[in-house]
Amino acid sequence: MEIKVLGPGCKRCQQTEQVVNQALQELGITANLDHVKDPIEISNYGVFGTPAVVINGEVKCVGKVPSKDEVKKWLQQAK
Amino acid sequence: MSEQCCETPSGSSGNVMILACSGGSNVGQLSNQAAVELTKEGFGKMFCLAGIGAHLSGFVQSAKDVPAMIAIDGCSIGCAKATLEHAGVPLKAYLVITDLGIEKNKNFDLDSETIEKVKAAVKEACKGLPVEGGSSVACCS
Repeated sequence: MEIKVLGPGCKRCQQTEQVVNQALQELGITANLDHVKDPIEISNYGVFGTPAVVINGEVKCVGKVPSKDEVKKWLQQAK
Repeated sequence: MSEQCCETPSGSSGNVMILACSGGSNVGQLSNQAAVELTKEGFGKMFCLAGIGAHLSGFVQSAKDVPAMIAIDGCSIGCAKATLEHAGVPLKAYLVITDLGIEKNKNFDLDSETIEKVKAAVKEACKGLPVEGGSSVACCS
C-alpha cells in the first residue's frame, strides 16, 4: 500500500502523519508512508489545501487532520 | 517554513473556493472573469471545475472538504451545479448570472460595470458561508 501525506511540514501536517502511523500500527498494516513537502509535487495532486492524505493514488481528505477512525476505514478499504 | 506556511490570508473569507462555469457565452465568461478578479483581490481562490468534472480525486475531495465554496453559473442550464452534483459535491453557495438580469449572448467584450455587478452578487451570495478561522482548508489555518 502506498500512502502519502501532503503538506509543507507544518504542525497539522505532522499531526496527520502521526495519525496515519498510529492507524497503521493498530491495524498491523505495512505500507510505504511518504510525507510529500515539495509544493510543486503537492500541486500535482490538485488539492486546494493541506494537509491531505493520499492512499494508493486516491485523495482521501483535504485541509484537515483526519481522525484515526477515518484513516482506519480508508486503510481497510484499500487493503 | 512551517511558520510561513501557517500564515493565513487577510480578510474574512480569503479561502472561499470559487468555481466558475467559464462557459462559451458572455455570462459564462463573466463567471470566469469575476472568479479571476475576486481571486486577485483576495476574496477567495478560483479552483478548477474541470478537474471536478473529470472526477480526479484531489479536486473532488477538495470541493467536498472545503468549508466555504461558491459555484457560479452563467445561465440557468446550470453546468457548474450539474458538474458538482455528478461528482457528489454538495452546493454551499450558488449564483446564476442571468438571474441578475444580464442577458445571455455571444458578445465576449465584457464591460467592467457588469463584471463589478457580478462580483458584488458573488460576495452577497457568500454571506452565509463560514468565515475563515479554525476550519479553513488552507494550511494550518
